[in-house]
Amino acid sequence: MEGSQPAGTPNQPVGTPTGIRNQPAGTGTEGGNGKEILRVEHLVVEYGPRRRRVHAVSDVSFLMAEGETLGLVGESGSGKSTTGRAIAHVQPPTSGHVYFDGIDLGGLSTGRLRRARTQIQMVFQDPISSLNPRRRVRDIVAEPLAIWNTGTAAQRAQRAAAMLEAVGIDPVTVGQRRPQQLSGGQCQRVSIARALMLEPRLLVCDEPVSALDVSVQAQILNLLADLKEQHGFTMLFIAHDLAVVKSISDRVAVMYLGKLCELAPADTLYDAPLHPYTAALISSVPSPDPERGPRTPLAGRTAGMAGTGPVAAALANEVPSPLHPPSGCRFRTRCAYAATLCAREEPPMRQLAPDHFVACHFPLAH
Amino acid sequence: MGESRRPLGALFWVCLAFIVLVILAAALANFLPIPSPTAQDYAAINTGPSLHHLLGTDDLGRDLLSRIIFGARVSLVIGFGSIAIGLLIGGTLGLLAGFRGGATDAVINAGSFVILAFPPLLAIVVIVAFWGRSLWKLTLIIGIAAIPQLFRVIRASTMSYANRDFITAARAMGASTRRIIVRELLPNVAPSAISFALVGVAVVIVLEGSLAFLGLSVSLPTPSWGNIIFEGASNNNLQLNPFIALWPALAMFLLLTSLNIVGDRLREHFDVREGGL
Amino acid sequence: MRSRAGWTSSRTTRHLIFPPVDQALGPMLEVDGLRTSFRTPRGVVRAVDGVSLGLDRGRTLGIVGETGSGKTMLARSIMGLLPAGGRDRLGVERSGTVRFAGHDLTGLPPAQLRQVWGTQIAMVFQDPMTALNPVVRVGRQITESLRLRMGMGRSDAKETALALLSSVGIADPGRHLRSYPHELSGGMRQRVMIAIAIACGPRLLLADEPTTGLDVTIQAQILDLLADLQRERSMAMVLVTHDLGVVAGRADETAVMYAGRIVEQAATAELFAHPLMPYSQALLAAIPRLADAAGTRPKPIPGRPPDLASLAPGCRFAPRCPYARERCREADPPLVEAGSGHRFACWYPLSLEDADTPASDLGDSQGEA
Repeated sequence: MEGSQPAGTPNQPVGTPTGIRNQPAGTGTEGGNGKEILRVEHLVVEYGPRRRRVHAVSDVSFLMAEGETLGLVGESGSGKSTTGRAIAHVQPPTSGHVYFDGIDLGGLSTGRLRRARTQIQMVFQDPISSLNPRRRVRDIVAEPLAIWNTGTAAQRAQRAAAMLEAVGIDPVTVGQRRPQQLSGGQCQRVSIARALMLEPRLLVCDEPVSALDVSVQAQILNLLADLKEQHGFTMLFIAHDLAVVKSISDRVAVMYLGKLCELAPADTLYDAPLHPYTAALISSVPSPDPERGPRTPLAGRTAGMAGTGPVAAALANEVPSPLHPPSGCRFRTRCAYAATLCAREEPPMRQLAPDHFVACHFPLAH
Repeated sequence: MGESRRPLGALFWVCLAFIVLVILAAALANFLPIPSPTAQDYAAINTGPSLHHLLGTDDLGRDLLSRIIFGARVSLVIGFGSIAIGLLIGGTLGLLAGFRGGATDAVINAGSFVILAFPPLLAIVVIVAFWGRSLWKLTLIIGIAAIPQLFRVIRASTMSYANRDFITAARAMGASTRRIIVRELLPNVAPSAISFALVGVAVVIVLEGSLAFLGLSVSLPTPSWGNIIFEGASNNNLQLNPFIALWPALAMFLLLTSLNIVGDRLREHFDVREGGL
Repeated sequence: MRSRAGWTSSRTTRHLIFPPVDQALGPMLEVDGLRTSFRTPRGVVRAVDGVSLGLDRGRTLGIVGETGSGKTMLARSIMGLLPAGGRDRLGVERSGTVRFAGHDLTGLPPAQLRQVWGTQIAMVFQDPMTALNPVVRVGRQITESLRLRMGMGRSDAKETALALLSSVGIADPGRHLRSYPHELSGGMRQRVMIAIAIACGPRLLLADEPTTGLDVTIQAQILDLLADLQRERSMAMVLVTHDLGVVAGRADETAVMYAGRIVEQAATAELFAHPLMPYSQALLAAIPRLADAAGTRPKPIPGRPPDLASLAPGCRFAPRCPYARERCREADPPLVEAGSGHRFACWYPLSLEDADTPASDLGDSQGEA
């Protein structure tokens, strides 16, 4: 725990929202207004029996400002989804705190937690699994209001219809269908409509577009950006696709094996990554730009070839098991710059530039 | 695209009609123009089918049609009654264990193993021998014996839905456990549970027949399908008048087939097809 | 340490004679007018509708398309590996010709086709977990085809399997030979799948979404591995994917599929720089790019692909196309060649100037319902 203490006191975790990047007008992703809405402190999520304990999230701290979109990227097993689920309290944290609007969600009674977490809603990856196959679309969307007994049935149906309209679903024809009669994109629209019915202030999107085709993916990304503008909610956008995250996020956090590696405004993170893992991840993305020509091979077997940087070569190995994370810095087994210090001591989260936080003993120079 | 449900088909309706017919006949037996199942017609003993006795009579001159209709009461009450008990208790526990998982699941599961550990037929034989064999006692005992089977099927089915995202979404919206079980899980689990339960009814009706052979079904002279076959097959009656055993066996066969087909078609009909062209 | 001879010794099979790679004349693969349709309760679904293409040895053809474009079915139709009838599929019909190294595969009886599979044409599937047998050790899954197809002895096959595993970049191959598929990570399983596919030295590899579902860092490794193996063995490869980024760096040529047809095909760089068909252009504009500034919105394609069971006349992309005119809705544009091998199917191809300014008027996000 000592090695992972973030800069500042526990009450002042990393990712202070001051100076959140202002977006050029009209891009749709307005930065936050600077008021803190979510504070995650030393979040730890572990599960499984003692022998096969999965360390899914290990001491993650960050802060979100009201109105911003924070992107959370990482490979499978990085703990990014678990972090999102722990924030929405659908998976209880093992330790640590999630403060929403200043209130520690972990300290609430069951009844008050039920009410409080309606302010945090989720959109999931799998369009099929997200919706109850036995219910009709209009009932699925009206369900959140039914749970809280808001208004009469007719009023609920009316509000559900309006919300369906807002996400681009015809409430009359499509509204009476069941999920299996919908396309993947339509299912995600319904999921988004349902999530917004309770007017949440934080929307946790867990890989909302990764199961969709590219043309539909763009539709959903733009829909989320539009809705965010209209409703003014804050968004935690979890995805493995770096380009998708960049297109929608104000700030981006990178996770690796349950740890936060780097957190910075989106453009800064992609243009000048400080953590070797972030750099390697970015260089692994196949570019759809032909002028760049065929990429230079970068896997370990061809390491050392001309034009192959050490950063890229590093990712030849596979991600270690979250059952037995490496000592010290968790990325050291795949890192080209790893030194003895990295195995011995866990790098603390440090602020190297305004808004730019990195957990690395030897951050990259630019 | 329309509702992509598999049509039930004509056979389903024939089978369902037969089940309904048997149930109606058993329920309204007192009002039907048939003789009492225990009334003896000394003019007609061990006769084959005739105008007077449509299915013939047994060695005591009792009308077989009447005995089969009244016997259906016992078979149906034991069959449907015990499965209803099993479904109510086992199903509720299965939904709860499948949804909650963890310690709840472990405790209920252990309980089900305790009941499973007794060989069901032997357990029933012992209990009936000591406790008596009235209709409701038999129903209750068989119902308890059916709990673990139904529990396991419903628990497994529930578990396959419990980790789906729509359940997580319902929790995030603040839905109570009861609401999630009733509104989200039950509609998904019910089709396969009902299908399995109908097969269960068929199994129990056969079980009643087996118990009758051991002399452990409802006390004579109350007719049950098992009792009638048992009586018909004993005392060399089978050679004198095979109809006594044939009719109830045929009734049992048709009912079991119908229950199986109805259960199977219902499950297919409500099977949500995910994906596909 | 690679027993290379083992993979290449038996170039001939009992019934079909395939000329050695370097003596083969003409293209390795020629597909002409290939059609595959399914009879379903809703009508005939034309999954592959008249596809023609050619592929030379050692070359890579990328096939990109969205769900339902028929790209996977095309790969399977080329191989002759079509799904049997199911609940929704009352029947499968395939017509057209697939010529492989001069032999027409479409007319071959199943027994001869099985000789071609594995030894001449091999396939890498998207999901190695379902493509590998979960209860059989990795070693046996590799040696099985070596012994069966190549007639190798037990020890030869094992030695070759070890060499294969190390050639696909698996460290400690001796240990992994004894592993079960579930004991391996996703990337490792895909490597094993590739090892099985190349075991008998096929000359054509059909890779169907070989990296979908893998992390980007692993994806890069697998794609590099495929490229290396291809170079070493002068294998031809058909790379089927939905990810334009994957074909951009890897395929010599790229074909874009839409609603069962190839709508555009060109050298990859040419296609990406100057798409002539509006769908290709729209597809390129729809993907978020790392090179764009944060907050740059991708441009969605309004609407949905057509229902393959009830196709309207005219161009299949017309209902979603911002440039569609009357003619597009009336007549189906044929696939024509614009020179230098650039083929496209469009009545009003984009001019070069248009191609540089991505369609800004491609609709809003509300178009799908």
